[in-house]
Amino acid sequence: MCLAIPGRVESIDPTNPDMRMARVRFGGIVKQVCLAYTPEAGVGDYVIVHVGFAISRLNEEEAQRVFEYARQIGELEQLKDGSSAGSAPVR
Amino acid sequence: MTEEFVLQCPIPLDDNPTVQMGHGGGGRMTRDLVERIFLPAFSNDLLAPLHDGAILPPVGGRLAFTTDSFVVRPLFFRGGDLGTLAINGTVNDLAMCGARPLYLSAGFILEEGLPIKDLWRVVRSMADAALAAGVRVVTGDTKVVDKGHGDGIFINTAGVGVIETPLTIGPMSVRPGDVILLNGDIGRHGIAVMAEREGLEFESDIASDCAPLSGAVHALLEGGVEVHCLRDLTRGGLTSALVEISESANLPMRVDEEAVHVQDGVRGACEILGLEPFSVANEGRFIAFVPAKEAETARALLGSDASVIGSVEPPGDQPPFVRVRTALGTARILDLPSGEQLPRIC
Amino acid sequence: MKYLDEYRDAATARTYAEAIARITTRPWTIMEVCGGQTHAIVRFGIDTLLPPQISLLHGPGCPVCVTPLEVLDQAVSIASRPGVIFCSFGDMLRVPGSQRDLFQVKSDGGDVRIVYSPVDAVQIARENPEKEVVFLAVGFETTAPANAMAVHRAKEEGLSNFSVLVSHVLVPPAMEAILSSRHNRVQGFLAAGHVCTVMGYTEYEPLARRYHVPIVVTGFEPLDILQGIYLCVRQLEEGRAEVENQYSRSVQREGNQPAQELIRKVFTVVPRKWRGIGEIPASGLGLAPAYSVFDAARRFQVDSQHAEENPECISGLVLQGIKKPQECPAFGTKCTPMHPLGATMVSAEGACAAYYKYRRHETAPPSAPATTGGATP
Repeated sequence: MCLAIPGRVESIDPTNPDMRMARVRFGGIVKQVCLAYTPEAGVGDYVIVHVGFAISRLNEEEAQRVFEYARQIGELEQLKDGSSAGSAPVR
Repeated sequence: MTEEFVLQCPIPLDDNPTVQMGHGGGGRMTRDLVERIFLPAFSNDLLAPLHDGAILPPVGGRLAFTTDSFVVRPLFFRGGDLGTLAINGTVNDLAMCGARPLYLSAGFILEEGLPIKDLWRVVRSMADAALAAGVRVVTGDTKVVDKGHGDGIFINTAGVGVIETPLTIGPMSVRPGDVILLNGDIGRHGIAVMAEREGLEFESDIASDCAPLSGAVHALLEGGVEVHCLRDLTRGGLTSALVEISESANLPMRVDEEAVHVQDGVRGACEILGLEPFSVANEGRFIAFVPAKEAETARALLGSDASVIGSVEPPGDQPPFVRVRTALGTARILDLPSGEQLPRIC
Repeated sequence: MKYLDEYRDAATARTYAEAIARITTRPWTIMEVCGGQTHAIVRFGIDTLLPPQISLLHGPGCPVCVTPLEVLDQAVSIASRPGVIFCSFGDMLRVPGSQRDLFQVKSDGGDVRIVYSPVDAVQIARENPEKEVVFLAVGFETTAPANAMAVHRAKEEGLSNFSVLVSHVLVPPAMEAILSSRHNRVQGFLAAGHVCTVMGYTEYEPLARRYHVPIVVTGFEPLDILQGIYLCVRQLEEGRAEVENQYSRSVQREGNQPAQELIRKVFTVVPRKWRGIGEIPASGLGLAPAYSVFDAARRFQVDSQHAEENPECISGLVLQGIKKPQECPAFGTKCTPMHPLGATMVSAEGACAAYYKYRRHETAPPSAPATTGGATP
């Protein structure tokens, strides 16, 4: 579980504040998504969407961690090739 | 979502706005339907006699013959409708044999209660599609079933075409080393239809790719390409086409996933619904198997949207596999989807 | 697509794969809980990038697979009635009941409709006041907020023709059931990233401590899974047993508070039977008393008869990671996606279906670039 995909909030419909329906873009399509569970998400933000509901606002800074970490462990290996000591990077 | 339908001609039969059982009875009502809906749409001198069968002039060459039945929900979608499918589906099956499509038959099974304006719209689409593909509908039939026993309209079209090339085009001609060409991006038709269906609505400008392929095939053959095999991608998409040919030819194949183009809209829809683009339906796409040395020529003849997506391997594994190289550089094996792909949440 | 494509980058994947191979000194068995993760692993051939000492087991993170046979039969019974519009996620349509599945009910003339979201079912109820609209509310905690909102809206609007057949399951009790089983082989977990997006991961901390297993909250793209495996193996090699968050772009420790609030309001924790595994206490969600009028099982008075599973089906053992699909005598022969014996062969996420689709030709291993050597999954 479960299929949830990041999409970009294009516009938010003010008419029903309980549901906070928004138009969210996924690649070349736009779908109606309920932002009731992500009150902090605004236009231009990315949200993770599951069955028509945003379950989180994507943290764009954290999103880079996967690549930074890979770089660290990659660099570490290069260092290790030259030196004997080494420790795993602190997460 | 569908555009405002503007009638080009006034709807005939305004005293009967829906199809009745009598329309299939073979009597006066049937005659009215034929004369006021079918005949004006398909007008040609081979159909006009309205005899039991059409008398066709001799053709010089081997004949290709095919039949297919069409039903789709919803009847009308962005980029086409049941009528466009019914004509192009059969035209394309003939083209895949290497034939120039010539004559079609059209058999209709109509559900009682179907609005005549829907029938009129479908038939007009068929007329337009036939004109665009250069074929004529020369004979047909109409039956009506009780309300609740049909999905609005079922259409069967059968078609004949003439093979003007000495090549034998089919899986038996596929050879190790052949390259696999694809004439454009995939998945548009399946997504366009799904976009209109209740409960799966989204804004998109994805239109069905429904189109005749006879022109493209003609270009390849006229261009002197030694075409070994052709297959149009319909239900089951690229996956079914590749797996079926691999099995019929008994040869393994390799495909590069990154060489297969998928439009952004199709990609987005597939991601949120959990669908595999490779298995989504198309109606205007085909794969061609040609010798490696002719790959560039063939690709140029097919136009800038075409790409080489893979190649045929020497015999090896039994049964033969179609291996897809993923974006990650790993391989997965293609298998036929079991039944219609359904959206998933998991 | 942004925030999707980047996580499928081949070079970064190789970096992680090589790193995993470097730090692995002994065999380890890791379970990925979520069906979506299983799907990604098999579709992208991620396990072929791992060193042979790493064994991946596929867990019961497929709510479709674990929906009890009784619930399927109740669904089929309700959907077959005239005047009912039965709405469901696509996944459920081909899961076999005792006699038929929902797809067959549809072919036989039942008004069965696939919806993308539970609120689509509520809309159908608004548009068809003369019909009874029933929604099959299955899923893990990820889907609970959506299902809760649907029921909540129906109550607010006084929609008397809407009801739900609930079969929600919770992940932590299932993980505990696996860990406490004497057959358990799992040494580390990749926890389900979207479940944790909703619920946070505080519930996993006692599990990690009590059973001394590392638990890494992991996303669903290839790089997420590879990084998750790396972090898990690193903990195992270092003898640590902590909860780590790989999927930090979506998951926070406390999870999604507004979602949890509505779940608590609309649902209540109940014992739940897991198909192929049996009943696990406090492992499911049912409607809270204030919402019980929306309970379809009650409204349609469908008895919860005991249903018999096909004895040849070993779904339960596969779901717990005790057996692999290929170890089942019926796999690929009597049991295929065309004629499934159990739910794991039908659901797109079911371990058996995933293997059948992508991996059943195991005699001819897929050719991967020689990075770390292929693992036999």
